[in-house]
Amino acid sequence: MIVAGIEPRAEMVHWWFATAILVLGLLFLAETIVGPEVWARRPWRRYLWPATMFLIGLLLWPVMALYTNSMIHMVAHGSWAQVLMLSGGAELGVVRGKLHSRYWRLTSAGALFVSGTAFLVHEQNGWFFARAAFLHHALGWTLIVAAVFPLVQAIRPRSVAAASGFAMTFFVVAVLLYCDRDSAAILGHFSQFAGVPHR
Amino acid sequence: MSADIAHELHGDREKKRAATAATSARVRIVLALGPATAAAGVVWAFVQPWRLTLLDPHGQGFWWLLAEPPLYIVLVGVLFRVLIARALVQDMEDAGR
Repeated sequence: MIVAGIEPRAEMVHWWFATAILVLGLLFLAETIVGPEVWARRPWRRYLWPATMFLIGLLLWPVMALYTNSMIHMVAHGSWAQVLMLSGGAELGVVRGKLHSRYWRLTSAGALFVSGTAFLVHEQNGWFFARAAFLHHALGWTLIVAAVFPLVQAIRPRSVAAASGFAMTFFVVAVLLYCDRDSAAILGHFSQFAGVPHR
Repeated sequence: MSADIAHELHGDREKKRAATAATSARVRIVLALGPATAAAGVVWAFVQPWRLTLLDPHGQGFWWLLAEPPLYIVLVGVLFRVLIARALVQDMEDAGR
Protein backbone atom coordinates (compact mmCIF):
# COMPACT_ATOMS: atom_id res chain seq x y z
CA MET A 1 0.00 0.00 0.00
CA ILE A 2 1.30 3.46 -0.89
CA VAL A 3 1.45 5.82 2.07
CA ALA A 4 0.12 9.09 0.65
CA GLY A 5 2.61 11.94 0.73
CA ILE A 6 5.53 9.84 1.91
CA GLU A 7 6.10 7.43 -0.94
CA PRO A 8 6.37 8.63 -4.52
CA ARG A 9 3.53 7.69 -6.85
CA ALA A 10 3.89 4.59 -9.01
CA GLU A 11 4.10 6.70 -12.19
CA MET A 12 7.14 8.54 -10.81
CA VAL A 13 8.89 5.26 -10.04
CA HIS A 14 8.16 4.18 -13.63
CA TRP A 15 9.80 7.40 -14.91
CA TRP A 16 12.90 6.78 -12.80
CA PHE A 17 13.23 3.25 -14.12
CA ALA A 18 12.57 4.58 -17.64
CA THR A 19 15.59 6.85 -17.20
CA ALA A 20 17.82 3.96 -16.13
CA ILE A 21 16.55 1.89 -19.07
CA LEU A 22 17.21 4.81 -21.43
CA VAL A 23 20.81 4.82 -20.17
CA LEU A 24 21.01 1.08 -20.92
CA GLY A 25 19.62 1.66 -24.42
CA LEU A 26 22.24 4.33 -25.16
CA LEU A 27 25.04 2.11 -23.89
CA PHE A 28 23.87 -0.89 -25.94
CA LEU A 29 23.44 1.22 -29.06
CA ALA A 30 26.85 2.86 -28.68
CA GLU A 31 28.48 -0.55 -28.21
CA THR A 32 26.71 -1.84 -31.32
CA ILE A 33 27.85 1.14 -33.40
CA VAL A 34 31.51 1.09 -32.38
CA GLY A 35 31.85 -2.68 -32.08
CA PRO A 36 32.92 -4.79 -29.09
CA GLU A 37 36.67 -4.29 -29.67
CA VAL A 38 36.55 -0.49 -29.44
CA TRP A 39 34.01 -0.66 -26.61
CA ALA A 40 36.38 -2.87 -24.59
CA ARG A 41 39.41 -0.58 -25.05
CA ARG A 42 38.72 1.05 -21.68
CA PRO A 43 38.14 -1.53 -18.94
CA TRP A 44 35.66 0.63 -16.97
CA ARG A 45 33.39 0.84 -20.01
CA ARG A 46 32.92 -2.93 -20.16
CA TYR A 47 31.37 -2.85 -16.69
CA LEU A 48 28.93 -0.04 -17.42
CA TRP A 49 25.87 -1.81 -18.74
CA PRO A 50 26.12 -5.02 -16.70
CA ALA A 51 26.49 -2.89 -13.55
CA THR A 52 23.53 -0.71 -14.57
CA MET A 53 21.44 -3.82 -15.24
CA PHE A 54 22.43 -5.26 -11.85
CA LEU A 55 21.62 -1.95 -10.14
CA ILE A 56 18.17 -1.81 -11.75
CA GLY A 57 17.54 -5.32 -10.42
CA LEU A 58 18.73 -4.27 -6.97
CA LEU A 59 16.47 -1.19 -6.96
CA LEU A 60 13.47 -3.34 -7.84
CA TRP A 61 13.60 -4.91 -4.38
CA PRO A 62 12.40 -1.76 -2.57
CA VAL A 63 9.74 -1.44 -5.25
CA MET A 64 8.66 -4.99 -4.46
CA ALA A 65 8.61 -4.30 -0.73
CA LEU A 66 6.95 -0.87 -0.79
CA TYR A 67 4.47 -1.12 -3.69
CA THR A 68 2.70 -4.26 -2.63
CA ASN A 69 -0.76 -3.64 -4.08
CA SER A 70 -1.33 -7.37 -4.27
CA MET A 71 0.46 -10.70 -4.03
CA ILE A 72 0.81 -10.85 -7.80
CA HIS A 73 2.49 -7.40 -7.84
CA MET A 74 4.96 -8.61 -5.25
CA VAL A 75 5.74 -11.76 -7.21
CA ALA A 76 6.11 -9.78 -10.46
CA HIS A 77 8.46 -7.15 -9.00
CA GLY A 78 10.41 -9.80 -7.11
CA SER A 79 10.91 -11.92 -10.23
CA TRP A 80 12.08 -8.84 -12.20
CA ALA A 81 14.57 -8.05 -9.49
CA GLN A 82 15.95 -11.57 -9.57
CA VAL A 83 16.25 -11.99 -13.32
CA LEU A 84 17.78 -8.54 -13.86
CA MET A 85 20.33 -9.17 -11.09
CA LEU A 86 21.09 -12.58 -12.60
CA SER A 87 21.55 -11.09 -16.07
CA GLY A 88 23.65 -8.16 -14.83
CA GLY A 89 25.67 -10.44 -12.55
CA ALA A 90 26.33 -12.98 -15.31
CA GLU A 91 27.50 -10.25 -17.70
CA LEU A 92 29.71 -8.81 -14.96
CA GLY A 93 31.23 -12.27 -14.59
CA VAL A 94 31.82 -12.46 -18.34
CA VAL A 95 33.54 -9.05 -18.60
CA ARG A 96 35.62 -9.81 -15.51
CA GLY A 97 36.78 -13.03 -17.15
CA LYS A 98 35.33 -15.31 -14.47
CA LEU A 99 32.72 -16.71 -16.83
CA HIS A 100 33.61 -17.73 -20.35
CA SER A 101 30.65 -19.24 -22.17
CA ARG A 102 28.83 -17.01 -24.66
CA TYR A 103 25.65 -18.74 -23.56
CA TRP A 104 25.58 -16.56 -20.44
CA ARG A 105 23.84 -14.09 -22.76
CA LEU A 106 20.84 -16.40 -22.40
CA THR A 107 20.32 -14.84 -18.95
CA SER A 108 19.43 -11.59 -20.76
CA ALA A 109 16.92 -13.49 -22.90
CA GLY A 110 15.51 -14.99 -19.70
CA ALA A 111 15.38 -11.56 -18.06
CA LEU A 112 13.38 -10.09 -20.95
CA PHE A 113 11.06 -13.10 -21.17
CA VAL A 114 10.37 -13.27 -17.42
CA SER A 115 9.91 -9.48 -17.23
CA GLY A 116 7.46 -9.55 -20.13
CA THR A 117 5.51 -12.45 -18.64
CA ALA A 118 5.41 -10.71 -15.26
CA PHE A 119 4.04 -7.54 -16.89
CA LEU A 120 1.25 -9.52 -18.55
CA VAL A 121 0.44 -11.69 -15.56
CA HIS A 122 0.20 -8.89 -13.02
CA GLU A 123 -2.03 -6.69 -15.20
CA GLN A 124 -5.53 -7.77 -14.29
CA ASN A 125 -7.38 -5.37 -16.60
CA GLY A 126 -7.87 -5.36 -20.36
CA TRP A 127 -5.86 -3.26 -22.85
CA PHE A 128 -8.23 -0.26 -22.88
CA PHE A 129 -9.09 -0.12 -19.17
CA ALA A 130 -6.70 2.82 -18.75
CA ARG A 131 -3.30 3.94 -20.02
CA ALA A 132 -1.40 2.02 -17.33
CA ALA A 133 -3.16 -1.22 -18.31
CA PHE A 134 -2.45 -0.60 -22.01
CA LEU A 135 1.21 0.05 -21.27
CA HIS A 136 1.53 -3.08 -19.15
CA HIS A 137 0.20 -5.19 -22.03
CA ALA A 138 2.37 -3.35 -24.59
CA LEU A 139 5.47 -3.66 -22.38
CA GLY A 140 4.79 -7.33 -21.71
CA TRP A 141 4.49 -8.31 -25.36
CA THR A 142 7.39 -6.06 -26.38
CA LEU A 143 9.69 -7.76 -23.88
CA ILE A 144 8.55 -11.28 -24.75
CA VAL A 145 9.10 -10.70 -28.48
CA ALA A 146 12.41 -8.90 -27.83
CA ALA A 147 13.73 -11.89 -25.86
CA VAL A 148 14.60 -13.34 -29.26
CA PHE A 149 17.42 -10.77 -29.70
CA PRO A 150 19.69 -11.92 -26.84
CA LEU A 151 18.74 -15.48 -27.78
CA VAL A 152 20.20 -14.88 -31.25
CA GLN A 153 23.19 -13.10 -29.69
CA ALA A 154 23.96 -16.21 -27.63
CA ILE A 155 24.11 -18.26 -30.82
CA ARG A 156 25.62 -15.58 -33.10
CA PRO A 157 27.47 -13.10 -30.83
CA ARG A 158 28.53 -10.84 -33.71
CA SER A 159 25.04 -10.40 -35.16
CA VAL A 160 24.58 -6.65 -35.64
CA ALA A 161 20.85 -7.09 -36.27
CA ALA A 162 20.37 -8.88 -32.93
CA ALA A 163 22.51 -6.32 -31.07
CA SER A 164 20.61 -3.43 -32.68
CA GLY A 165 17.26 -5.04 -31.88
CA PHE A 166 18.35 -5.60 -28.29
CA ALA A 167 19.42 -1.94 -27.97
CA MET A 168 16.25 -0.57 -29.58
CA THR A 169 14.12 -2.69 -27.23
CA PHE A 170 15.38 -0.60 -24.32
CA PHE A 171 14.43 2.66 -26.08
CA VAL A 172 10.92 1.33 -26.72
CA VAL A 173 10.59 0.18 -23.09
CA ALA A 174 11.84 3.58 -21.85
CA VAL A 175 9.32 5.46 -24.01
CA LEU A 176 6.46 3.22 -22.84
CA LEU A 177 7.46 3.71 -19.20
CA TYR A 178 7.70 7.48 -19.66
CA CYS A 179 4.14 7.41 -21.05
CA ASP A 180 2.82 5.87 -17.84
CA ARG A 181 0.30 7.71 -15.66
CA ASP A 182 -1.46 6.28 -12.63
CA SER A 183 -4.85 7.05 -14.16
CA ALA A 184 -5.20 8.43 -17.66
CA ALA A 185 -7.10 7.68 -20.84
CA ILE A 186 -5.64 5.63 -23.67
CA LEU A 187 -6.72 6.44 -27.23
CA GLY A 188 -9.96 7.92 -25.92
CA HIS A 189 -10.75 4.94 -23.68
CA PHE A 190 -10.97 5.17 -19.91
CA SER A 191 -12.92 2.80 -17.68
CA GLN A 192 -15.33 4.31 -15.17
CA PHE A 193 -13.66 2.05 -12.58
CA ALA A 194 -10.18 3.45 -13.20
CA GLY A 195 -10.45 6.49 -10.93
CA VAL A 196 -10.08 10.16 -11.83
CA PRO A 197 -8.27 10.69 -15.15
CA HIS A 198 -5.19 12.90 -15.30
CA ARG A 199 -3.43 14.28 -18.32
CA MET B 1 57.42 1.43 -60.17
CA SER B 2 55.73 -1.54 -61.77
CA ALA B 3 52.04 -1.46 -62.68
CA ASP B 4 51.30 -4.26 -60.19
CA ILE B 5 52.73 -2.32 -57.25
CA ALA B 6 50.93 0.84 -58.34
CA HIS B 7 47.61 -1.05 -58.48
CA GLU B 8 48.27 -2.55 -55.06
CA LEU B 9 49.02 0.85 -53.55
CA HIS B 10 45.91 2.30 -55.15
CA GLY B 11 43.81 -0.59 -53.76
CA ASP B 12 45.26 -0.12 -50.26
CA ARG B 13 44.53 3.59 -50.43
CA GLU B 14 40.92 2.91 -51.49
CA LYS B 15 40.45 0.41 -48.66
CA LYS B 16 41.91 2.87 -46.13
CA ARG B 17 39.65 5.63 -47.45
CA ALA B 18 36.56 3.38 -47.17
CA ALA B 19 37.51 2.39 -43.62
CA THR B 20 38.08 6.04 -42.67
CA ALA B 21 34.70 7.01 -44.13
CA ALA B 22 32.94 4.23 -42.18
CA THR B 23 34.71 5.29 -38.97
CA SER B 24 33.85 8.94 -39.47
CA ALA B 25 30.19 8.04 -40.07
CA ARG B 26 30.22 6.02 -36.86
CA VAL B 27 31.93 8.87 -35.02
CA ARG B 28 29.21 11.26 -36.17
CA ILE B 29 26.45 8.88 -35.04
CA VAL B 30 28.04 8.33 -31.62
CA LEU B 31 28.51 12.07 -31.17
CA ALA B 32 24.90 12.68 -32.22
CA LEU B 33 23.35 10.16 -29.79
CA GLY B 34 23.63 12.39 -26.71
CA PRO B 35 22.40 15.62 -28.34
CA ALA B 36 19.56 13.71 -30.06
CA THR B 37 18.47 12.29 -26.71
CA ALA B 38 18.66 15.71 -25.06
CA ALA B 39 16.69 17.21 -27.96
CA ALA B 40 13.96 14.58 -27.44
CA GLY B 41 13.70 15.72 -23.81
CA VAL B 42 13.46 19.38 -24.87
CA VAL B 43 10.75 18.58 -27.44
CA TRP B 44 8.77 16.68 -24.78
CA ALA B 45 9.10 19.64 -22.41
CA PHE B 46 7.63 21.96 -25.05
CA VAL B 47 4.84 19.55 -26.02
CA GLN B 48 3.82 18.80 -22.41
CA PRO B 49 5.12 21.68 -20.27
CA TRP B 50 2.96 20.52 -17.35
CA ARG B 51 5.34 17.57 -16.96
CA LEU B 52 7.85 20.09 -15.60
CA THR B 53 6.46 21.01 -12.22
CA LEU B 54 9.46 23.30 -11.70
CA LEU B 55 7.80 25.74 -14.12
CA ASP B 56 4.95 26.17 -11.63
CA PRO B 57 6.28 24.89 -8.32
CA HIS B 58 3.69 26.42 -5.97
CA GLY B 59 1.66 23.78 -4.15
CA GLN B 60 3.74 20.88 -5.43
CA GLY B 61 5.01 18.22 -3.05
CA PHE B 62 8.60 17.01 -2.79
CA TRP B 63 8.15 14.03 -5.12
CA TRP B 64 6.39 16.07 -7.79
CA LEU B 65 9.24 18.57 -7.72
CA LEU B 66 11.76 15.75 -8.02
CA ALA B 67 9.90 14.00 -10.86
CA GLU B 68 10.83 15.96 -14.00
CA PRO B 69 11.01 13.28 -16.72
CA PRO B 70 11.86 15.61 -19.68
CA LEU B 71 14.77 16.98 -17.66
CA TYR B 72 15.95 13.45 -16.88
CA ILE B 73 16.15 12.75 -20.62
CA VAL B 74 18.09 15.97 -21.26
CA LEU B 75 20.45 15.09 -18.41
CA VAL B 76 21.01 11.55 -19.73
CA GLY B 77 21.80 12.95 -23.19
CA VAL B 78 24.26 15.51 -21.86
CA LEU B 79 25.99 13.03 -19.55
CA PHE B 80 26.25 10.46 -22.33
CA ARG B 81 27.84 13.03 -24.63
CA VAL B 82 30.33 14.22 -22.00
CA LEU B 83 31.20 10.99 -20.19
CA ILE B 84 30.80 8.25 -22.80
CA ALA B 85 30.77 9.57 -26.38
CA ARG B 86 33.92 11.69 -26.11
CA ALA B 87 36.08 8.80 -24.88
CA LEU B 88 34.48 6.41 -27.37
CA VAL B 89 35.31 8.67 -30.31
CA GLN B 90 38.89 8.98 -29.10
CA ASP B 91 39.15 5.19 -28.95
CA MET B 92 37.60 4.80 -32.41
CA GLU B 93 40.14 7.19 -33.85
CA ASP B 94 42.99 5.41 -32.05
CA ALA B 95 41.76 2.05 -33.33
CA GLY B 96 41.54 3.45 -36.87
CA ARG B 97 45.21 4.53 -36.90
